Amino acid sequence: MPNGNSNGSGDSAVVEAALLRHGGDGTRLMQILREIQEQTGWLSPDILTRVAEGTRLPRGRIEGVAGFYHFFHTEPLGRYRVLWSDNITDRMAGNADLMARMCKKLWLKPGRVSEDGLVSVDTTSCTGLCDQGPALLVNYRPVTRMTAERVDQIVELIRHQTPLAEWPAEFFTVEDNIRRKDALLGADFQPGDALKALKSPQEVLDAVKESGLRGRGGAGFSTGQKWDFCRAALGSGANPAHYVVCNADEGEPGTFKDRVLLSSYADMVFEGMTVSGYVIGAKKGLVYLRGEYRYLLEPLNAVLEKRRAAKLLGQSILGRTGFDFDIEIHMGAGAYVCGEETALLESLEGKRGVPRKRPPFPVTSGYLGQPTAVNNVETLASAALITAKGAAWYKAIGTPKSAGTKILSISGDCERPGIYEYPYGVKVSQVLADCGARDTQACQIAGASGLCVAPNEFGRRIAFEDIPTGGSFMVFDNTRDMFQVARNFAHFFVHESCGFCTPCRVGTTLLANAMDKIDEGHGGEYDINDIWRVIRTLKTASHCGLGQTAGNCVADTLQKFRPSYELRLNVRDFEPAFDLDKALSKMREVTGRDDPGAHFHIAHRKSRAGLGTKAGDPS
Amino acid sequence: MSDPKTFFLDEEEIPFEEGQTIIQAALSAGKFIPHLCYHPEFKPHGSCKLCTVRIDSRTVTTEDGQSVKIPGRAAASCTTPAQEGQHVESEVPEILDLRRTLVQMLLVEGNHYCPSCEKSGKCMLQGLAYDLGVMDPHFPQYFSKREVDASHPDVLLDFNRCILCELCVRASAEVDKKNVFALSGRGNTKHLICNSESGKLGDTNLAATDKAANVCPVGVILHKRHGFEVPYGQRRFDIAPISDNPVQYAPVKEQV
Ligand SMILES: Cc1cc2nc3c(=O)[nH]c(=O)nc-3n(C[C@H](O)[C@H](O)[C@H](O)COP(=O)(O)O)c2cc1C
Ligand code: SF4
Ligand code: SF4
Ligand code: FES
Ligand code: FES
Repeated sequence: MPNGNSNGSGDSAVVEAALLRHGGDGTRLMQILREIQEQTGWLSPDILTRVAEGTRLPRGRIEGVAGFYHFFHTEPLGRYRVLWSDNITDRMAGNADLMARMCKKLWLKPGRVSEDGLVSVDTTSCTGLCDQGPALLVNYRPVTRMTAERVDQIVELIRHQTPLAEWPAEFFTVEDNIRRKDALLGADFQPGDALKALKSPQEVLDAVKESGLRGRGGAGFSTGQKWDFCRAALGSGANPAHYVVCNADEGEPGTFKDRVLLSSYADMVFEGMTVSGYVIGAKKGLVYLRGEYRYLLEPLNAVLEKRRAAKLLGQSILGRTGFDFDIEIHMGAGAYVCGEETALLESLEGKRGVPRKRPPFPVTSGYLGQPTAVNNVETLASAALITAKGAAWYKAIGTPKSAGTKILSISGDCERPGIYEYPYGVKVSQVLADCGARDTQACQIAGASGLCVAPNEFGRRIAFEDIPTGGSFMVFDNTRDMFQVARNFAHFFVHESCGFCTPCRVGTTLLANAMDKIDEGHGGEYDINDIWRVIRTLKTASHCGLGQTAGNCVADTLQKFRPSYELRLNVRDFEPAFDLDKALSKMREVTGRDDPGAHFHIAHRKSRAGLGTKAGDPS
Repeated sequence: MSDPKTFFLDEEEIPFEEGQTIIQAALSAGKFIPHLCYHPEFKPHGSCKLCTVRIDSRTVTTEDGQSVKIPGRAAASCTTPAQEGQHVESEVPEILDLRRTLVQMLLVEGNHYCPSCEKSGKCMLQGLAYDLGVMDPHFPQYFSKREVDASHPDVLLDFNRCILCELCVRASAEVDKKNVFALSGRGNTKHLICNSESGKLGDTNLAATDKAANVCPVGVILHKRHGFEVPYGQRRFDIAPISDNPVQYAPVKEQV
């Protein structure tokens, strides 16, 4: 466990050891800084100076990287660092009250370190545990299903400075919650099945093309075509090479299917990477694993070891001379933007996670400037399955334009949250029925950057040609306030903007501020106009997908759930068509009710449990 | 030599050489496209987005005879290569409005009290604001707390006015080979840092004659003992608006 009170001489041994392990290679800066911090608790100014010397990089570069990632700390943050996941689904499960309880018991303010330097408590973006929230990370290990009782237990453990290793094991249990299996999750797949079926690289490539496989990470690009471009591109410079990269950053709020694939189907994912390497001619594959999934690092490394022992990785795979491929796992450090493939490559190279300009595209100039195929975890698992079972079989599943299956991560208001695999083309209404959702008001599909779907659209289908999704599927029933959903997402983008370009760096903050102003009852039609102006600017001028989609949810809810905004707008600037609260007064008389739920005024509505609690402060 | 390749900028034909970006070709042809983070001597990186244009919008005729405009893609002209026959829209209402919004965003993000700023009259942000007809910052001011660093003997940093264009970062890395400036933080906490353990400019090896010390388009990197030397009415953008002299688009080198 990290100790917050760094002591000079111990630290320098830690720093030297980390630099030595990585050969002072600046492209491995992320790993160097993380390994140091796991020992020292934080990255002090002299540590940064020492790392700069050891990697021969400008000190400003090191400080800039340390300052970019949420999980690197340039100030001491206590021996116990508690981070509450703050996705809307955690909110709905009551995380705000639980965190307040924890802070009160620890005599702490959120974001501050206790005076004895023991503990700090704060919020963080979605941790990918939405089906078993409210969740938190303590020293980057996930604790699920938080309750008041569990808060009290944790407070005691922290007060007594009990090492994490001695905390009750059940705190750290992360369930797979697989509720529906189909072609991929239900497949009979043994390690090596795909590799044993390998024909020539060209034939494998043709099969992947024929299968119709498209990217599962969001953009939906043809995987076969991507591999073809990459295979055709030439490596350059002193160390020409091709690379396979597995995008396991899974930062989109409400998504957790890659976590389950990596927990229970890692062989399939690694085998998909190996197939990709075989096709494009790469000898090395890298997994970029989000910092929130740090707890998976050791189990995944163990799987890699086993595969090496079974000749499924390493030199001369399955005895074929010249078929060499190995995989290394790199950890991220808390940055949603690093899921964007070019920001991910920057991060892999030890830099700030800022998206590159394109062209050139990663297939010609990716990791270290070499041709690189970046694919999502699920895409790679599917590629392994296709190689083992055949393209025609796969192509027959799903719809003509969307072959195969999609794994959905379902959370929110439903009886059975968890993982559901469906053939493409499944209707939203079917999904809702299967997960036990009732009185559903809306679904947010594809995460905070995705699409907010109202009941009249529940007949639409999950497919590239209708509703494409990386897999996030959040359900909101009639008791939820869609304005607060949008406001939560607006704050998410403030936290996660990389800050490179003006529209996103400033626009996300302006949008969240306008939503807060409306929330506080000070907003009017003037602010709604400003909101539209900011959303247009974000969409048109932002450098990457993060900024371009950051206004989506506010735009969707403004169009589809307008009343949730109108009842908050200040009448000085805007006269609603009719007074909602007055309209309810008759019903209040009849039912004899006068509780907050029977009112529409903002003060009443705000008092409703779980609603209207202030989103984490933007700064 | 074969015929020069051309594209269309607001319907005017512009010649270009292979490899030139849209903004390079436009500026060489005497056509101004607003820009802040672009500078002809450095690698463009496309962060301010002031130079955004629309490329290849189309007009289609529907079955009932209506003509409908389908907007082309928006892109930063400083990072987009020019292509033969391309149609680029720049001085159109939608794009001008976008640029005004971006200028306003920069104005509220920092603390720009132009009358007390040494750069007033030759500041590119101010010059663009006037040129685009930005009457006010419009959005609520951040009033962010930012510092002044006076630790260097010859150069003063007033971070209140930084627009994060990274010109000083690129100049120091690419030309001076000193890496005096870098960026830290992210999103709305992104900020400029100096390459020293104390974080002070005085503890870096910056010299007043460095490119990095003379490239800031706004009033952050200032030379000590120089101030308000040019009287009102004769300052750079008093004489002619920023768009009037596209060739002199780069920040002028300070006299030191
Ligand atoms: C802001 C942003 C975040 C993203 N996050 C992820 C992610 O967490 N995982 C992922 O696979 N793709 C993510 N993507 C998409 C990737 O850029 C890229 O398209 C994908 O990794 C390609 O793999 P695929 O073709 O297998 O889908 C993100 C894109 C953007 C713009
Ligand atoms: S859109 Fe946002 S996240 Fe993307 S480059 Fe711009 S500031 Fe960074
Ligand atoms: S100091 Fe000047 S040149 Fe440097 S980033 Fe800020 S505005 Fe740009
Ligand atoms: S000048 Fe093109 S983005 Fe700044
Ligand atoms: S005039 Fe103040 S920053 Fe330019």
